[in-house]
Amino acid sequence: MTIGDMVDILKARVLLGEDKLDTPVYTACCSDLMSDVLAFVDEKTVLITGLTNPHVIRTSEMLDLKCLVFARGKVPSDDILESAEEQGLVVITTKATAFSACGMLYEKGLRGVPVPLEWDKEGKEGA
Amino acid sequence: MEALIHEVYPVASADYTSAGHASADIKKKLKMLGVGGDVLRRVAVASYEVELNLVIHSQGGHLDLNVFPDRVELVSEDVGPGIPDLSLAMREGWSTANEEARSLGFGAGMGLPNMKRNADEFDIQSEVGKGTVIRMGFRLA
Repeated sequence: MTIGDMVDILKARVLLGEDKLDTPVYTACCSDLMSDVLAFVDEKTVLITGLTNPHVIRTSEMLDLKCLVFARGKVPSDDILESAEEQGLVVITTKATAFSACGMLYEKGLRGVPVPLEWDKEGKEGA
Repeated sequence: MEALIHEVYPVASADYTSAGHASADIKKKLKMLGVGGDVLRRVAVASYEVELNLVIHSQGGHLDLNVFPDRVELVSEDVGPGIPDLSLAMREGWSTANEEARSLGFGAGMGLPNMKRNADEFDIQSEVGKGTVIRMGFRLA
């Protein structure tokens, strides 16, 4: 799947990065908790979020994310978009809620970022 | 061994607007030195986490970057309040962050464990009433 495919699936509006829609998308992550995003996500992941504060952009910068999807039609303020542009992020917004956006993308084959859990390790040890 | 880069970034308590500026600069400097890929991302994530911790939890402090030919070192030092129970603080999901930090998407109790996960070497020393020192090392190549 490419970012462009996501735009079609989510009937999304492209706020930034119209020229990068052919970028491939491998996994997705949906969270308003930047702490969790920082803990588990890698650069090949698309972030779907309802948060529109500057730390979403900063978090994306630290992780080298390529694309941000704002749910529920949210559009970040101009200064936030400016800093996203400086980083070359693709930013899109969809009318769908975060839950629905995830469902629509999952239905078309996109999967979540693999997250190693402590209890997986425990399970293996116990087995 | 002499450091190729030595930078000290002061970090103010509760300054949520500037939080992340030091980490962005650290990432930029390392990139210019040719550090990339996995190490760069691990340093960036750990430095952002530790910088946020200074903003959210400390009464002010500084974040130091030392770059050697074979390793990157990050040292965070604050002036308090110190962590009463380090083993609790290192537990995923444990957090004492306030509402403001949480409203920005932080304070999920992932910071310290995430720093430890990303760094090749991690050490934390804390004394209540004095402050906390976190040292992280990252091997280059």
